[in-house]
Amino acid sequence: MADKMELRDVEVWDGNMAASQALRQVQIDVVAAYPITPSTPIVENYGNYLANGYIDGEFVMVESEHAAMSGCIGAAAAGGRVATATSSQGFALMVETLYQASGMRLPIILNVVNRALAAPLNVNGDHSDMYLGRDSGWIQFDAYNPQHAYDLNFIAFRVAEDHEIRLPAMVHQDGFLTSHTAQGVKTMDDDTAYNFVGEFKPMNDMLDLDHPVTHGVQTEEDWHFEHKARQHNDLMTKVFPKIEAAFDAFEKMTGRRYNIVETYKTEDADAVVVCMGTSVETAYEVADELRADGKKVGVIGIRVVRPWPHAQIAEALKGIKAIGALDRSSPNGTFGMLYNELAGTVVNSGEVKVLTNYVYGLGGRDLTKVHLREIYAELLANAEAGKPTTPLQQLIGVRGPKISFH
Amino acid sequence: MSEMKKIKNLKEFSTSADRFEGANLLCPGCAHSIIVREVLNATNDDLILAASTGCLEVCTAVYPYTSWDASWIHIGFENGSTAVAGAEAMYKALKRKGRLKQPDREPKFVAFGGDGASYDIGFQWISGCFERGHNMMYVVLDNEVYANTGGQRSSSTPIGASTTTAPAGRVSYGEKMHKKNMMQIMAAHGSPYVAQVAPNKWKDMVKKIQTGFATEGPVFINAMSACTTEWKFLPEDTIAISDLATDSLVFPLYEIIDGTKLNITYRPKNVIPVKDYLGAQGRFKHLFKPENKHVLDEWQARVDRDWEYLQRREEASV
Repeated sequence: MADKMELRDVEVWDGNMAASQALRQVQIDVVAAYPITPSTPIVENYGNYLANGYIDGEFVMVESEHAAMSGCIGAAAAGGRVATATSSQGFALMVETLYQASGMRLPIILNVVNRALAAPLNVNGDHSDMYLGRDSGWIQFDAYNPQHAYDLNFIAFRVAEDHEIRLPAMVHQDGFLTSHTAQGVKTMDDDTAYNFVGEFKPMNDMLDLDHPVTHGVQTEEDWHFEHKARQHNDLMTKVFPKIEAAFDAFEKMTGRRYNIVETYKTEDADAVVVCMGTSVETAYEVADELRADGKKVGVIGIRVVRPWPHAQIAEALKGIKAIGALDRSSPNGTFGMLYNELAGTVVNSGEVKVLTNYVYGLGGRDLTKVHLREIYAELLANAEAGKPTTPLQQLIGVRGPKISFH
Repeated sequence: MSEMKKIKNLKEFSTSADRFEGANLLCPGCAHSIIVREVLNATNDDLILAASTGCLEVCTAVYPYTSWDASWIHIGFENGSTAVAGAEAMYKALKRKGRLKQPDREPKFVAFGGDGASYDIGFQWISGCFERGHNMMYVVLDNEVYANTGGQRSSSTPIGASTTTAPAGRVSYGEKMHKKNMMQIMAAHGSPYVAQVAPNKWKDMVKKIQTGFATEGPVFINAMSACTTEWKFLPEDTIAISDLATDSLVFPLYEIIDGTKLNITYRPKNVIPVKDYLGAQGRFKHLFKPENKHVLDEWQARVDRDWEYLQRREEASV
C-alpha cells in the first residue's frame, strides 16, 4: 500500500509537477517512459514517488519513446491504469503506437508537453508535435496553466477509462511556459482525488487467465472500415457527453469549471481570437484591456482538440464577424492547423465571417500583448469591412522582411 | 514455480494442449506452427503471448477469428517484446497490489517474432527488454527471410540465398552477407538462458523451453523455422529439411547459460556435407553452377569454423 502525501490546499507547482502529482494520486499501476525535454520531470517525479513509497506501481524505463508507448499498450491490455509523458521528437517516434493504442481501445493517458519539431533542433514550446497525433484516435485535452494540467489529468482518466469510451487520452501543456513555470495550484487530498477516478475496472484484460483474449488483430477490407467507423462514431457521439459529465462532476467537487470550448467575452463580440495553451490567458488580459476601451473583442480557447468540438465552436462563433485563428505550429505549406480546423466549422456555420490566420510563437518565441493588440486591431477592421483587410496568413514577430500570404 | 510438465512420447506431446489451433492460415508445411505448438505444449502454465507483425501474426488472428486459446497481443512489427514486457510489469504491479483475478497462478510471458522482427526492425526493443531483465521468453521463428512480405533478404539470410532483394542473377550469386549471429549477441546481454532449437529435435526443444520457463529473467530462443515457400521445398519435407540443417551443423543446437557457459545439446552421429542441405532447397539452386563453387566452399568452411568455435567454447566451460 502506498503512503499518502500531505498536500497544502494550494501548492506552488509547475505544470510537470502538477501532472505527476495527478499520476500519483490516481495511483498509476505502470508507467513505461523515456525522458525527453521538457516533459522529463513528469516521469522523474513518478520515479521519486516510487522511491519514497508514495506509489507502489511499476516503473519501466525503456530505451525509446516508441518502446514507452509499446510497454504502455502491453500493460494496459494486461488490465491496469497506465500513463506516460513525452514531447516533440519523442511524440513523433510514438505516433505509430498512438494509433495502436486507440485501435485496441486502451485507456492510456499521455501527458504531452508541447515542443517544436526539429530541424532545426529546439527544445521550447510550440504545438507542432501535437498535430502529428491529431488523427490517431486519442482524446486530446489542452491545459493553459499548471492548474489545468493537474485537473485535466483526472478528467482524462475518468473519461478514458469509462467502459463506454475506452479510448486513450492526451493532456497537452506548453513546454516550459507551463511545464516549468510555477504557480499556485489548488490541490485535492489523495483520497478525494483518487475517488474521482476510482479503482481501475479492467475489461478484456489479458491477465484474466480464465478468459483469454486476442488483442491487435488483423482486419482487411471486410472488417477494417467497421472498426475504424465505430471508433470514430464513439469519438464523435459518446465522448463529448462523458467529458461534459466529468467537467460537471469536477466542478461539483472542486468549484473549478472547465468547458469543451472556453469562451471569454464573446457574447456581443465583433472579433475574437481562437487559440490554445498559454496564449489563451494572455488573450484574456488583452481582451479585458480592449473592452475597457470599448472594443468588442473576445477569446475562444480550445479545451478539447479531439474530438474536434465543431458544434460548440459554431455556437460560440454566433454573431462574431471576424476571427483570428492563432496557430502555434509550423504551417509548412498550408494554413495553420487550427485555422484549417476552424475553416471547416466556419464554412458550415451559416454566417459570413472573416477568418484569418496568425502563426506565432514557434520554438518558444513569446506572444506579447503588443502582438495581440495588433491582431485585434486588424480583426476589428476586418469585422467592420466584412472582408479581409490584411493578408490571410501572417507570421508574427519574425525577423527580417514581413512574412505574410494573401 | 509450478512443476515441469512430464512428457512421455511425441503423440501425447503433440496433443497435450490445444492453445494454438490447427485452424490458421499458415502455409502447408510451415514450421512456425510446429514450433509454436512445441513451445506452448512444453508447459501447462498459463501463458500471456505476444507476436510481432509477420507470418505468424497475420495468419492466426484474422478478425473475427483467432487461433489462440491464451491471451495474445500484437502491436507492431518491432515491439512484440515490449508488449509482453509491459504486460509482465502490470502483472507484477497488480500482484503486489493484490488485484490479480487468479492470484495463485503464475503465467509465463512469451513473445514470438520472425527474423525480420527480431534480427532487424525489432532488435532495439528486444535488447531493451533483455537489458531490463523482464521475466519473459522471446522466441525467434527464424526462417532467414522476410517471408511475410514476399521473400526479401533479412540480416538472418545466409550467404548465397536468392531472395527478391538479393536475387541470384547473371552476375550475382544472391545474398552477399553472412547471417547475423543473434545467439552471441543475445548471450552478450547477460541473459540467463539463450538456446538454439529446431522443431525436428522436439525432445531437445522441449527440454530447452522448459529450462527457459524455469529460468528467472529474459530468455532467448532462436528456433530454426524452415519455410517451404521461400526456401523452396515441398510442404511435406519440412522435417526432412530440418534434419539436414541440424545434421550438417548449419544449424547447430546448443545453449548458453548466464551469457558464458555453452553446451552443445546435439551431436549428429554422421555429419553430412553442407551442400546436401543447400541442394535440397530452391533458394540455393544457383550455387551448384561451376562459377559459384567458391560460395559452396565458403559455406562449408564457415560451418566448420563455427562448429570448431562452439566445441572450443564448450570445452572451456566459462
